[in-house]
Amino acid sequence: MSITASSSPDHTGAAPGWPWQTIVIKSGIFVLLAAMMIIFQLNEPAFLRVANIFSILQAVAIVALLGIGVTVSCAIGGFDLSVGALAALSQMAAAYILIVLNGSAFEAIAGTLLIGVLVGLFNGLLIVILRVPDLLATLGTLFLLAGAQLIPTGGRSVAPGMALLDGSAATGSFTEFFLALGRYRVGGVVPVPVIVLGVVALVFWFIMERTRWGRVFYAVGGSPTAAHLAGAPTKTYRFTAYIVSSVLAALGGILLAARLGRGDVSAGNSLMLDAVAACLIGYAVLGANRPNVFGTVVGAVFVGVLLNGLTMLNAPYYIQDFVKGLVLIGALALTFSLSHRRN
Amino acid sequence: MTASRPVPPALRLRSVNKSYGPTRALSSVDLDVHAGEIVALMGANGAGKSTLIKILCGIQRADSGAIEIEGRSVDIASPAQAQERGIVAVHQSIADVGVPTLSVAENLLLDLFCTGAGPLVATPANVRRRAQERAERIGLDIDLDAQLADVSLADQQLIAIARAVSHRPTVMLFDEPTASLSAGETEKLFRVIEGLRASGVAIIYVSHKIADIRRLADRVVVLRDGRISASFERPVEINAAIRAMIGHDLPAARPRATSDGPPIFRIRNARLRKREASFDLDVGAGEIIAVTGPLGSGKSALAGAIFGLWPLAEGQMWLEDQPWRPSGPAQSIASGVFYAGEDRWRTSFFPSTVPFASVAGTISFPFLRRWRAFGLLPIRQEGRVADDAIATFGIKARSRDVPLTALSGGNQQKVVLARWQAEPARLLLLDEPFQGVDVGARDDIIRAIRTSSAGRATIVFVSDYEEALEVGDRILTIENGVIQADTAAETAIRASSPAAEPQLETV
Repeated sequence: MSITASSSPDHTGAAPGWPWQTIVIKSGIFVLLAAMMIIFQLNEPAFLRVANIFSILQAVAIVALLGIGVTVSCAIGGFDLSVGALAALSQMAAAYILIVLNGSAFEAIAGTLLIGVLVGLFNGLLIVILRVPDLLATLGTLFLLAGAQLIPTGGRSVAPGMALLDGSAATGSFTEFFLALGRYRVGGVVPVPVIVLGVVALVFWFIMERTRWGRVFYAVGGSPTAAHLAGAPTKTYRFTAYIVSSVLAALGGILLAARLGRGDVSAGNSLMLDAVAACLIGYAVLGANRPNVFGTVVGAVFVGVLLNGLTMLNAPYYIQDFVKGLVLIGALALTFSLSHRRN
Repeated sequence: MTASRPVPPALRLRSVNKSYGPTRALSSVDLDVHAGEIVALMGANGAGKSTLIKILCGIQRADSGAIEIEGRSVDIASPAQAQERGIVAVHQSIADVGVPTLSVAENLLLDLFCTGAGPLVATPANVRRRAQERAERIGLDIDLDAQLADVSLADQQLIAIARAVSHRPTVMLFDEPTASLSAGETEKLFRVIEGLRASGVAIIYVSHKIADIRRLADRVVVLRDGRISASFERPVEINAAIRAMIGHDLPAARPRATSDGPPIFRIRNARLRKREASFDLDVGAGEIIAVTGPLGSGKSALAGAIFGLWPLAEGQMWLEDQPWRPSGPAQSIASGVFYAGEDRWRTSFFPSTVPFASVAGTISFPFLRRWRAFGLLPIRQEGRVADDAIATFGIKARSRDVPLTALSGGNQQKVVLARWQAEPARLLLLDEPFQGVDVGARDDIIRAIRTSSAGRATIVFVSDYEEALEVGDRILTIENGVIQADTAAETAIRASSPAAEPQLETV
């Protein structure tokens, strides 16, 4: 009896007849990326220089870090909108610890990461315990953090020697070591943030794709009931996901502060949208159709290459968001229309 | 059933063919359904039932062949056209039959609102009156002002039927309409269907449930491998129909187990709800208990309490000699108490966006930690267990990595069962393990439950009494959260009339 064959024509019928669909689904982003790089290279020979490649990656690193956090929160079926605001706050906090509180680099890093953990716990409390819908909860946190970063300095940026609220001048400074986190290039080539991103991406790719924990993250997002009934501690995993995304955002904020050398109140404005975009473009990478760490990094690089190339070609800055929107919509249309038709 | 019919049949199919690529889903299907006749369509999963229904509903088109309605040749190219030609289908899934936030009355008139056929300004009185007419036509007694979301699934289905009937259909298709109904609700639906038959509608009724078919069918038509393999007039010989459907007899079950030695699992003075009577329960090693009762009678409440999803309202449980107070699924699974919930897509499976929604990944999920420490994936053991399961349970899947959506209902259910036999269980709880499973696969599943039952206690929760008889060594009925009767299966079979339960004579 050919029960399987006759009962599932819909699943087998499309694939062999339309090989191009599978190819487009699997590698569409890479084809576009390659096409883009060729076009930029033809118009601007400096584009593919090693230095430029790494400056693209450096620009991308913070967004990609935040994107990985968003990816983990999406994997458990949630969403973390607060990562951008948290990265901005972390950047201010690190600068504040260094300059106003005279802290060491270690204290600045530890303090900022601790803030990340606390914000993650706070989001988890709202979403997992108090059952506030994830988008609303993290939107609330976003406002809270965006406001909180202004309060200690009365709305001003943090820079060495700044005047404090009591009139005296700040005495602290950015230490060499801290600044190196954002600026030093290993071997004169590879910026530290790119290395941090590489390590974080590799670790989280491994966790999400190759371990039991990753499976539970995705299972909790796919069907909380089925995961719970199979013995998974769903609440713990959901809490963990928000802590992960917040800690990665705090890490991104540290790297941002190190690169800027100050705490800038307007830094990180577009971080959240860029990180979310990277995560969503990642759905289209290799036809995954789900949040995935590799796709998110590729998504961030894709946007980074695009913006860098446009800048080198002297495209006006004000079309950047428009182009990002086009890319995002294109990637989403590709993922959802093709994968839907395939099923 | 009369020999000569002056009028042409309400629905006539002549050599209808349909292929999907190289697979022939239907080959030369001829079928007549007369006005005022209920034809039950039986067939294993993949036999072509759903293809036939889809063609009649205009969801898919036949490759060749003719469809006639009341003697006129018709072309059915879309669902809208099917409805125009007088063909209406009532589907198994209830999710898409109405708008949950509108009232019952508004839902009864939904088509008028949506097509613009209704009045532009609908006064509440007007809406009520017209809705009342529609409800009365099928004898539906219901609160018209209630929100659709607040009425039972059965009533929602009847509302959809009332709406369909208002178009005076010639042919109605019922696709497993009782799948999620209780006994009382099923009876209500049956009376409506019989009323439709009396008013001259030609009815095609698709079901896996023997009781439905015996009750309703004037004729049984069996599809097998895309062909009509047999047709039975009333009185229908169910055994012969099943044979025609799966190609062989249902084999006799094993001799009933009688458990000696101390019970593995005990419940004493238990209450599921306060103020109901209390009950006890003992399950021995190797024994299979079937707990049966209508929807909402407390089957799932009891299963959940044993598995640790919620506490008993009162009473104690023991697993072997230890008091059993599970804190939740994790502890239960660690202690060898396994539970396969009803509605496998909700309780056991992950959607295809989850990277491991395959046969292998589904089976291994609860045991990943047990099979390999430090969070690493036990890939090799996972593959071996899945391959074993595919062989042992006869799961029809091309490989262990195929997504579950590519499997038929019966094979999906075998995956659920295989998961909870991947590790030795002390107590196995199976809630509605035959949901959406055809007779052939159901037999495989019963055999799998029985052959592996030695050494563990098994409790199967089913609402269908016949299924309880087929699977259980002992049958317990549950009503209002209280376990009522304790019948050994042998006694239960002797008590029920052999003429009415022919397929159980083999037991």
